[in-house]
Parts: sequence; structure tokens; C-alpha cells
Amino acid sequence: MDFSSLIIIMMSAVLVNNFVLIQFLGICPFLGVSKKLDSAIGMGLAVLFVMMIASAATWPIYALLLAPNGLGYLQTIVFIVIIAALVQLVEITMKRFMPALYKNLGIFLPLMTTNCAVFAATLLNVSAQYNYAEAMTNAFGAGAGFLLAMVIFAGIREHTENADPPACIKGLPLALFSVAILAMAFMGFGGVVENLFG
Amino acid sequence: MSRYAILIKGIAKENPVFVLALGLCPALAVSSLVSNALGMGLATTLVLIGTNTVISILRNVIPDKVRIPCYIVLIAGLVSIVQMLVQAFVYPLYLALGIFLPLITVNCIVFARAELFAKKNKPFDSIIDAIGTGLGFTAALVAIATVREVLGHGSWFGIPIPGLAENSISLFSMAPGGFIAFGLIIAVISKISKGRAAKLKESGCASCPSCAACGKGGAE
Repeated sequence: MDFSSLIIIMMSAVLVNNFVLIQFLGICPFLGVSKKLDSAIGMGLAVLFVMMIASAATWPIYALLLAPNGLGYLQTIVFIVIIAALVQLVEITMKRFMPALYKNLGIFLPLMTTNCAVFAATLLNVSAQYNYAEAMTNAFGAGAGFLLAMVIFAGIREHTENADPPACIKGLPLALFSVAILAMAFMGFGGVVENLFG
Repeated sequence: MSRYAILIKGIAKENPVFVLALGLCPALAVSSLVSNALGMGLATTLVLIGTNTVISILRNVIPDKVRIPCYIVLIAGLVSIVQMLVQAFVYPLYLALGIFLPLITVNCIVFARAELFAKKNKPFDSIIDAIGTGLGFTAALVAIATVREVLGHGSWFGIPIPGLAENSISLFSMAPGGFIAFGLIIAVISKISKGRAAKLKESGCASCPSCAACGKGGAE
């Protein structure tokens, strides 16, 4: 296994193909929970965490169980059930053994089942034909990219809340325009990975 | 409520994308071309009709406590069927939509209609509600895609527009253009409706019924 290929996957997941800003995944939580910095960090960490364990669980099931038996078409239904069960399990375990962490991340966990970023990460690991290490790196990169975008955007949003735009721009349109400018900034990362490590 | 009113409300007054701000991921991701937007809208409509029908028929059978896992499995199953149908009959669309086809499973709109309508209404009304909401979603996608394709590619539904095709603003076919086009359309709607539409669409989890259904009532 090549260590530099892992770095390339990681950089490309965090910066070049950022889940929220370039691939439009996880927009609802991104716009909904980014009004305050601390809840943005909580949401971002929860996504990162669930993305990692979901990828850790779904990849072996696809590679060892579904693919060899020609059941690849079942991946949608199998993956979503695994994610839903895992989220429940994590919530119960966390509540019992890590109450302090549960207090901070707990409210975000039930939202993970219907989070398209988590589901998409598990699907992308399979469709890109990554091996296990690459899949885990991709999941970590995607989650870290989500957290990064979330924190930056929460910072921007705390400032735009004080702005005084025309009434029809206030709220969602203003947030969307801010995301657009942030996405333009992230487009500048295109080509960075190829030039640095290629 | 009359059946006609059920049909119309999903398209205009409670448009899932423009008014309720649900299903934003597919709305932004596949709206760079009108043809993709139309395909995505119709695929989602098919899934909606299927889930609303089955859930409405089974509404007295599914126990209330485990309804959410039941809905998720049911939606995922129907999405798999639609995915295979698209792969078999409209292969170019299957390639163009890519990962966003299985992602219909986690589209808030499908879940919202199951939870808010099909759970408590008769099958026939639920089908009408599904068609209305599906058409509303399709119309919203096509509207965003129209702005993006005309400005970004200088064409509409693949037909080049003279004068624009040579001077297209390629930003609109890329990620930032999606956010800008969507923001512009919402701003225009809010201006025309004098802010009436804006009350419902306070974005994100608070308005996402799947979050209310998860028992925590939004994350803020």
C-alpha cells in the first residue's frame, strides 16, 4: 500500500472535492446548524464520527458479503439499515458510558441517519473501489472537510447576521450567496493535489 | 380538503424546495442541466408515489413506535427499484445522476410526505399528494436548472440559444453557480410574495420533518 496515495485521497476529500461546497452533500444540516459556532462544531464532529464508523462497517459488508454473491444491487437498502442501526447503537453506548460527550454530540446523532453526506460517503467508498485503508481515509477526509466548511461558514454567518440586506435577501438567500463565495474560494484548490503529489 | 387542493398545494403553496427548503442537496447538485433536473424530479416523483401508496395502505399495520425504521427500509427498497429501472431504460440519465439516485433514500421530502401525510390519509389521497409534491419538486429543479443552463451553457434542454452559447458564464454550471441561482430564485419568490413564503422556509433542520420525527425537534 502506498502512503502517498492515502495523502492524495485525504487532500482531495477535504479540499478539492469538499462534500458540502463542491459536491452538494449535506446541505440541509450545513445551512440549518451553522448559526452558532459551537453547534456547528458539534454537528461537524458528529458527522465525522458517524462517517468513520459507518464506512468501517459498510465496506467489509459490501466487499465480503454483497459483492462476491452478486448482491451489489442491495447496497442502498443494506447500507441505510446499517447506518440507522449503528447510529442507535452509538447513541445508547454514548449515553451509558460517555455522558459528557453525549451531552455535546447526542442531540446531533439522530440526524445522522437521514444525513446524505454520511450515506454518500459509504456509497462513494464502494463505487470508487477503494481498499479498506483508502475507504477509511476517504471517510475521514470527507468528515474533516464537512467540519472545516461548517466552522468557516458559522464564522461568516455570525457576521452576516448583523448585516442589513434588502428584506427579500435576508435569511436563506444571504446564506446561499455566502456559501457561493466560499465555494468559489474552495474551487481554487482544484489542481493543488495533482501539482503537489502527482 | 378537496383532491384538487391537495394536488395544487404541493406544487405552489407548499413547494418542497422553494418554500419548505427541503431536498436541497439533489436540487443543487443535479440542476446544471435541464434534462438531468427533469430526470431527477421524475425519479423522485416515482419513489414518492410508491412510498406514499404503501405507507398509506399499511398505516394501520405499522406500529407507531417502529414506524421510522419501517419507512426507511421501505423507501430504500423503492429507491433500489427505481434505480434499477433507470439503469435499464434510461442509461445516460443513470450515469448523469450517479450517486444522487441512491441518495433519494435520504431525501427529506420523501420522508416528510410519509410522516406528515400518508400516515394519516387514505391511499388515493396519498397518491395525489405524492404526485403534487413530486411535480412541485420537479418544477423547482427545472426552474433552477433553467437559470443555470441558460447562463452556464447558453442552451436550454440541450438546444443552444443564439448569442448566449458563445458567451456563457461557466461559473453557473459549477458549484458556486448552483448556490447563487438558488439564492436568486428564493429572493425573487420572497419579493413577489412580499415575504409570506419566507415564514415557512427558515432553513434547515427546524423545518425538516425527519428531524422533528427523530424526537429531538431540530438541533438548535
